[in-house]
Amino acid sequence: MATNPMQQFVVERIGPEIKIAGIDLSFTNSSLFMLLSALGICAVLFLGTKEKKLIPDKFQLLSELLYNFIAKMISDTAGSKAKPYFPFIFSLFMFVLFCNMFGMLPYSFTVTSHIIVTMLMAVFILIAVTVIGFIKHGFGYLKLFVPSGVPVILLPLITVIEVISYLSRPLSLSVRLFANMMAGHTMLKVFGGFVVSLGILGGWLPLSFSVALTGLEVLVAFLQAYVFAILTCIYLNDALNLHH
Amino acid sequence: MELEAAKMIGAGIAALSLAGAGIAIGNIFSSYLSAAMRNPSAAQKQFPNLLLGFALAEATGLFGLVIALIILFAF
Repeated sequence: MATNPMQQFVVERIGPEIKIAGIDLSFTNSSLFMLLSALGICAVLFLGTKEKKLIPDKFQLLSELLYNFIAKMISDTAGSKAKPYFPFIFSLFMFVLFCNMFGMLPYSFTVTSHIIVTMLMAVFILIAVTVIGFIKHGFGYLKLFVPSGVPVILLPLITVIEVISYLSRPLSLSVRLFANMMAGHTMLKVFGGFVVSLGILGGWLPLSFSVALTGLEVLVAFLQAYVFAILTCIYLNDALNLHH
Repeated sequence: MELEAAKMIGAGIAALSLAGAGIAIGNIFSSYLSAAMRNPSAAQKQFPNLLLGFALAEATGLFGLVIALIILFAF
């Protein structure tokens, strides 16, 4: 009986060990679930766009819903200039959403509960946004760190704070997703352990709690994917529409 | 004091930051509800902002939980 709530986060190797230049590139359960969610996204979108009907079936409705949701979010937060970045935001949202949702299945592995995965995505977003900003505005992009309408005495302090807050974006973005996923799954497993230890007489209370928490976790899984995507849009907005 | 005991106490204190997240989430939903009662027609438009605020506030508390886990497992 596995009573350790951290047992679910163990990365295990599947198949043979592959080492290239001293780096372990073996196929793990983490990679398996990344592959599964990528295939799941492809399956949903393929089935949704296979035959375009006037009266949509379930999969077409789902893909249209997701498309409209993200398109509206991008135009609301980053304006019409962000339209070319729709595929990037959409795939980011879908990948995080499917990883979170696959993690909600019993005995599965949550890819986003490892900080290395979320940190990689967040650092990629920071670099991409910085490059886009410099391409669009040249060195004028540095004006982002110097807000207008600030007294000259305060300016050095504000600039340092702005730079620090800009550089800490990937940290907060990745830790937010990772901590939410990890804390939620640990909590579910702790309550699952209570069910076993209280036995058939007292186990009903934590069991009902566990059911309610699973509902909450599905909400959080969706919400964190949404927040991840919307914060990427907000960062993109800073780079595209320099308004300081 | 034993190091093990100090670690446990430190982790427990770090988890207290979730109290702040609780206050924040309660505040967000109470403000949303009172504003929505005053002007129900504008409530639907602010719903995404409500969810965003909820997620941001909850994450801040969870940073403390991460500190607790680092104290417990990383050292």
